[in-house]
Order: sequence, then structure tokens, then C-alpha cells
Amino acid sequence: MTDNTFNTVRKTFNVCLPDPSIEQSWTLKAYQENGGYQALERVLREQTPHTDIINTLKTSNLRGRGGAGFPPGIKWSFMPRAAEGQKYVVCNSDEGEPGTCKDRDILRLNPHALIEGMAIGGYVMGASKGYNYIRGEFWEPYERMEAAMKEAYEAGLLGENLFDSGFDFDLYTHLGAGAYICGEETALLESLEGKKGQPRFKPPFPAAFGLYGKPTTINNTESFASVPAILRADGNWMDGEWFKALGVENAGGVKVFSVSGHVERPGNYEIKMGTPFSELLEMAGGVWKGRKLKAVIPGGSSVPVMPADAVMQANMDYDSLRDHGSAVGAGSVIIMDETTDMVKVLERLSYFYHEESCGQCTPCREGTGWLYRILHRINTGKGVSKDLDTLLDVANRIEGRTICALGDAAAWPVQSFLKHYRHEFEAKIVDASGNTSDQSKNKMTADAA
Amino acid sequence: MLSDTSLREIQHELSKYPADRRQSALMAALRIAQDEHGWLSEPLIEYVAGVIRVPPVRAYEVASFYSMYELKPVGRNKICVCTNISCMLRGSDEVVEHLNKRLGIGLGETTADGKVTLKEVECLAACAGAPMMQVNRDYFENLTPQSIDEILDSLS
Repeated sequence: MTDNTFNTVRKTFNVCLPDPSIEQSWTLKAYQENGGYQALERVLREQTPHTDIINTLKTSNLRGRGGAGFPPGIKWSFMPRAAEGQKYVVCNSDEGEPGTCKDRDILRLNPHALIEGMAIGGYVMGASKGYNYIRGEFWEPYERMEAAMKEAYEAGLLGENLFDSGFDFDLYTHLGAGAYICGEETALLESLEGKKGQPRFKPPFPAAFGLYGKPTTINNTESFASVPAILRADGNWMDGEWFKALGVENAGGVKVFSVSGHVERPGNYEIKMGTPFSELLEMAGGVWKGRKLKAVIPGGSSVPVMPADAVMQANMDYDSLRDHGSAVGAGSVIIMDETTDMVKVLERLSYFYHEESCGQCTPCREGTGWLYRILHRINTGKGVSKDLDTLLDVANRIEGRTICALGDAAAWPVQSFLKHYRHEFEAKIVDASGNTSDQSKNKMTADAA
Repeated sequence: MLSDTSLREIQHELSKYPADRRQSALMAALRIAQDEHGWLSEPLIEYVAGVIRVPPVRAYEVASFYSMYELKPVGRNKICVCTNISCMLRGSDEVVEHLNKRLGIGLGETTADGKVTLKEVECLAACAGAPMMQVNRDYFENLTPQSIDEILDSLS
């Protein structure tokens, strides 16, 4: 019943997403025919020094794909490799940022790349156990992952003494049960321990105190799945320059961008970092129904919205999107055409953060509710003129005052939507005298004159 | 309260974690219990807590925190409609409206014959296939009124 076709994978560069022409790309056979597990085998047979692998990742300029953009090469170097006792690598497959649908396709179409990347990570960081935390709704991706792991165990690619190297690596899946917050790495660890997913204070960071208090490194699905290709480096073994050169100065390689919303061909596009947004939009068939572009959220619901003229000047990389007022985030590009009601969009996003706040920090628990209730009354014609100032006030009082970034993520859209589209909010506000705030402002101006 | 199959599945989940970290299997155990009974009653949650060997309050906390656990009876089929931004932009309002009309129930309600519970959910990470919904374990993407009708007709 579930759609297993490649309909969401478009022009790919084939680092994390397999070439759509490969049949049953999720099988071990297909993966190995396309270079899969060569990197793991070579690393283990040659006992490649772990610092060499870390240096390759650093050179490659791979940035973390979960949203924060922190380089995995640096993250991996934080692990106390020589420390006694159990250490863990954990994959974050709790994809749930509105607009993001790339990790689901990696799990469905290329699970062995993730397994290989995690095993290499385990070798580099001295961790003999890994967990993949998969969101509970991802039943099909979970089954794909489980089937791939079974194949890997049977082929001696997981388990004890891999390639006679003395290195053991066991991998397990852990299904979530519906909570956006578990995508936050310390909430994810709590959830792995069988608790409510409420983020921990940092420091201590997971590399010092992670799963069960042991040294732990958590990376996004796409980050792990990128590692084998980076090491293979298209035939130039361990040459980080290969991946780096695909991208731009501060962001190496290719990345999967999920394009959704008002485009002709929504899908996952694995493209070079630094590709102009306009080219990505063209690949996606342009704005649907021949309409004009109004706005884009380029990195998932938590990053600031960009008006059409700003985003059309930007490239899909960290520096360019930052310079144009937003961020890469998880690479989740939400396209909005000229008919889009920005008040309604922000109301829906605010409902999301209100719904998903874990309730631990008062500013987020209470503030997200206020943001939603005020936006709801504005959108339903019951807003009053001071509401917009109150919204900003609440958003500013959440920002920076919570344990994790969910509070910030709830505040930033409010700030950016009001910055760029304040007039649309004002137009919906009818004050007690029956005037929209626009009209009252004009009236005041006229009175003053 | 649980079948041998369910208890075996829980034992398998327990084997994934260190022997002194049984609570890690609590989420899976609650899921397995819910799969067998349809929803998590208080006695069932307490029973699961006993199997995992944690105080019942730990199991209540988890069961009430995560949205996929049902603390009240639900229909034989669960339809979860995403109405978050990417789906909204591509017509999830119409999807909800069509489902309301066809099923005669609103969001959060169950049909009188106990066949279907309709839920509104947050982003299910299938944004490129919007609008979408999840029916039991399966995702259905690029929904149209016709495809929704076919899906509803196939439910038992």
C-alpha cells in the first residue's frame, strides 16, 4: 500500500540518495555494486588511524545535516576515544522539522550508507555500540533499516571482529513514539533511556556525558550517510578535497534539499552546496500554476522566512543564506506563491511549537501558547491593534531563555514574519471601533495633520 | 494481559539495551501492548511497567508524553492527517474537509461503528508528497478526493 517509488527523489548527486536508476537500491547487493562497504572494509583492514579519518572529514568541510551545521569531523574529535568503558554512537533519524523529508528517503532508499557511516564512526570514536533513533511514525523506513541491518550482520559487516580487525560493532534501532522535541540531541538521549523526551542542560555535552552517562556522539542521518562517499572520494581514497570541491568555501560537498509547497515538482534534490536558489527552484519546475513567488522558508520551519527578492539573490549555503537573512537549517525549502496568506502560515507554525513544547521551561511552555492564541485571534478577525507588539514582546522573552533551541525556533518565525509581512497582519486586525489598524493609523495621521 | 507473542517481542526489545537499563525498552513495550489492545488503559500501563520492572509512574509519564500512545479507546483504524505547513500549502484543509464529510466525524473523533478514528497530526516528514496522511502504519501521499475515497473503501 505504501508508495515505494522514487517519486520524491529528483536530480541527485548520489552521495546520500542513490541514483534513481538503481533497482532496489536499499539492498546490500545494490549498495555493494555501487561501492558500498568498501570504505569500512579498507579502514578496518588497514587499521587507518582514527585521526586520519577525522582529518579527512574536517578537510571535506562536511557540515552537520541536522540543522545546526556543526562539522561532524570536529564533533567526532571531541570523543574521549581512549576513555575506559562503553561509548556510543547514536543516529538521529527523528526527522520532524516541518518541511523536512530527506532522512526518510535515506532510510528507505539507502539504509546501508547509514549503517556503514555509523560503523566507521564507531571505529573512529572507539564505540562498539550504536543506536539509530527513528521516529515512531516511520514504520516503513524502520522495516527497511531492520532488513538492511539483518543483511549486514549476515554478511559480517556488523557484529564481532569485523574483517578480522578486532573491532566489534553492534547496531540497534529505537523507535520513537511521536514527539518533535526528541530531535534535540539530549532529549533524544532521554528518550533512548525510556523517559520523557525533555532536553538536558548543556554542558555537560554528550561527548562527556551522553547515553547512560557514557561518552556519546549523535549525528543526523544524512551526516552519517555522507561519510562512506567522502572517504571513497570518487577513487581518490581519503582525499577530503574531493567532497570539499563540490561545494563552496564554508560548506563542502552536496546536500539533500527537500523542496515542498507551491512548486510543480516537489522532491528531494541532492545538489551542490552553493547552488543558486533560483536554479533549485527551476529544477523543481518553478512555482506551480504559473504563479509568482512570494516567500520561501529555506531551512525548515525554525529558520526565518525570506521574501522572494531576497531568496532569489541567495545561494543554498550557510554563508549566503545567512547574509540574506535566513539559514540552511535542515535544508527544507518551503515555497509559497503569491496567493499565500502569511498570517495563516504563521498561525499554523505557532500551533506546531505550542503543541510540541515539552513543557520543561516556562518561557517556552507558556509563551508558545500565547503566541498561538494571539495569532489565532488575529487570523479569525478578533485581533486588537496592540497584538503585534505583544507578539514580538512574547517572542523576545522566549528567545534565549530556554534550555534548548525549541523556544528560539518558536520565536524566530514570529519575528521574521512580522518584519517582512507586518502589513498583512495589520490588515486582519479590526480594533474595537471596527477599523483595521491600517485605517486607524491613517486616521491618526489625518487627525495629526 | 499480554500474549506470548507480545511478551517475546518485549524480550527482544530488552535485549537491545544493557541488562541494567531495562527502562530503555519501555517505549517499545508500550507500543507492543497498544498494538495488541488498541489503546493503553491504566491497568495495561501498570502491567507493562511490571514487565519492564519500573515504577508505574515512569510508564504513565512516558505514555502521556508521546503523541502516538492512546490513553482512550480508538477505532480499529487510525487516520492521522498532517495539516502542517507543507501539507497546508497543498490543500490539507480540503483533505480534512473531505474526510469529515465522508466519515461524518471531526478531528479527534471516532465513527459510531468504531471503524475509524481521525486525528490531526504534526509534520510526518513526507513534505514532498503533500498533502499526506498516515493510515495505521502506512503513509499515503499526494492525496486527492478520489484517492482518499479508495483508501477509505479499502479499510476493514
